[in-house]
Amino acid sequence: MNTPPKAPLSEDTVQQATQEALHRHAGQKGNLLPILHDVQHALGHIPEAAVPLIAQALQLSRAEVHGVISFYPHFRQTPSADLVLEVCRAESCQAMGGDQLAAHAQQKLGCGFHATSTDGKVTLEPVYCLGLCAQSPAVMINGRPHARVTPAKLDQLLGAQGA
Amino acid sequence: MTDTVKIFIPRDSAALAVGANDVVQAIEREATARGQSIQIVRNGSRGLLWLEPMVEVQTPQGRMAYGPVQAEDVAGLFDAGWLQGASHPLAHGLTDEIPYLKNQQRLTFARVGITDPLSLSDYQAHGGLAGLKRAATMEPAAIVDEVIESGLRGRGGAAFPTGIKWKTVLTTPAQQKYIACNADEGDSGTFSDRMIMEGDPYTLIEGMTIAGLAVGATYGYIYVRSEYPDAVATLNSAIQNARAAGWLGHDIAGTGRAFDLEVRVGAGAYICGEETSMLESLEGKRGQVRSKPPLPAIKGLFGQPTVINNVISLATVPIILAKGAAYYRDYGMGRSKGTLPFQLAGNLKHGGLVERAFGLTLRELLYDYGGGSASGRPLRAVQVGGPLGAYLPESQWDTPIDYEAYVGISAMVGHGGLVAFDDTVDMSKMAQYAMEFCAVESCGKCTPCRIGAVRGTEVIEKIRAGNEREQQIHLLRDLCDTMLGGSLCALGGMTPYPVLSALDHFPEDFGLAKSSQPAASAV
Repeated sequence: MNTPPKAPLSEDTVQQATQEALHRHAGQKGNLLPILHDVQHALGHIPEAAVPLIAQALQLSRAEVHGVISFYPHFRQTPSADLVLEVCRAESCQAMGGDQLAAHAQQKLGCGFHATSTDGKVTLEPVYCLGLCAQSPAVMINGRPHARVTPAKLDQLLGAQGA
Repeated sequence: MTDTVKIFIPRDSAALAVGANDVVQAIEREATARGQSIQIVRNGSRGLLWLEPMVEVQTPQGRMAYGPVQAEDVAGLFDAGWLQGASHPLAHGLTDEIPYLKNQQRLTFARVGITDPLSLSDYQAHGGLAGLKRAATMEPAAIVDEVIESGLRGRGGAAFPTGIKWKTVLTTPAQQKYIACNADEGDSGTFSDRMIMEGDPYTLIEGMTIAGLAVGATYGYIYVRSEYPDAVATLNSAIQNARAAGWLGHDIAGTGRAFDLEVRVGAGAYICGEETSMLESLEGKRGQVRSKPPLPAIKGLFGQPTVINNVISLATVPIILAKGAAYYRDYGMGRSKGTLPFQLAGNLKHGGLVERAFGLTLRELLYDYGGGSASGRPLRAVQVGGPLGAYLPESQWDTPIDYEAYVGISAMVGHGGLVAFDDTVDMSKMAQYAMEFCAVESCGKCTPCRIGAVRGTEVIEKIRAGNEREQQIHLLRDLCDTMLGGSLCALGGMTPYPVLSALDHFPEDFGLAKSSQPAASAV
């Protein structure tokens, strides 16, 4: 996998974001997922250095926290590119040309799924259903849904975001 | 200055995903330029999703529909006089008279698309809170009885009687009980949960509150998938508003009893739609399936008695309490009472949401509502009930949709989603995909699912390549038998449904002798 050329996060940044997340959810029952969401929202991924801080605060082992992070596909352990393109791979989109759209995305970006484009601008991920199945195929770009997406429309959407 | 005209443009992600916000901006620009006073309401979606963004203009005759409207159409619509309901190539007349909508029985979706989803006054003006107010005057056991009487069954797919589940929680003594709403709607071809959460969130909040009063639970969670950011945002706003209005909090509807709730966001794991896996996730753990017993109704979230219901089940409770069990039970057939919001998806001309009583047929949904294939080619297979549902050939499209009737044809109604495929589909590829999906999403706890799905993928690959075909098909059937009987939950246990239905109904796609079933017509 290509990692986009970005300056690594400083220890202080990771610590601050993690402490803020821990503070926000202190006392909330079963709060590990909300904390992880907050850290990822602040930092773009969940850095290795955040794990011991979370583990200590929640009285869990590092292995337990790591186990949760690695179980859920949404949580990233490495940074993504500035643009994250999620292409739906589920049945309804397959019925409407989703495979061709996925092939087009891979060819255009020059990378497979779970990887970043050769120019480092776009990370490509599969997603299994965006709930837009009456308007297949669908994609998500940085958390915004787009439906009835053709290869040409995908190019246009990415182009509008500078990729 | 002309009179202010009310214009409705959905905020549902199905509309946003095809440019609704651009349309709003274009309408505002155009109205300003023309000195026309307008009021824009961001409603939920009416569910005619092929028409999204569907804009409605309030006229003296009623709401007139225009769609699908793109930003570049807006100037022309103003020129044509759409604010007076004038005709235009994108005009569809009065929304309520569009046959797709007119021929529905909307109970759960009664308000969706009509109201502003976040308006407390709209909600009450359209029948909201009536159910809760009635429930507040009833004994908990009487509320539970009402839900049992209504015949409501779990709309998430398992179809377990909702009231019976509630009764177990009610009669299990505990200091703390919970209501957990399963909004991890991960099945392809389904979006009714999303549409309720984005289009009428208060009905879900009301349903959960009634459930709380019924079983003695004071706290609830809505577990929403991370793929639904708009639903999460709408629910969070709705909960804040409900709390500020006193609909949630220490004193529910003058009962002196408390109920409050929070939204929890999943993290991309399909398995967390399985109820015990969802509980693990809510507790902050890996979403691994629990063995049952104990039932979650007895020992659920944080070890406490927990009602776990799907969004649609809970969102249907208010109308049952408001209008009485008999009103709801009078819809439907056999032991499948009430209505189901069907979701028409995949290769259909008119995809969208159709709420109808049980008992209609797939053919009616596919052709009378769906309008046949979007591609214009003959329809060939329909997957009903999500990725774990069977692929149905045309010969099965006339079976009345009813939970028991579907079991009778080795299929399942599930969450009411249907994905249509035209005759270009390769069913052996879809079978392979079903196994691949199971392999990707398996929680890993039980062997039949974790290993079986990987082996299943390999076996189907060999069949497709014509490599020892007969032996591999024998092996595949044997493997499916193991997965069906030996898996801990429905993921491994039901993945054989799409696989075997594809093999049994479309053997020619696996290199076997062709079945006698022809593809259906396009329209």
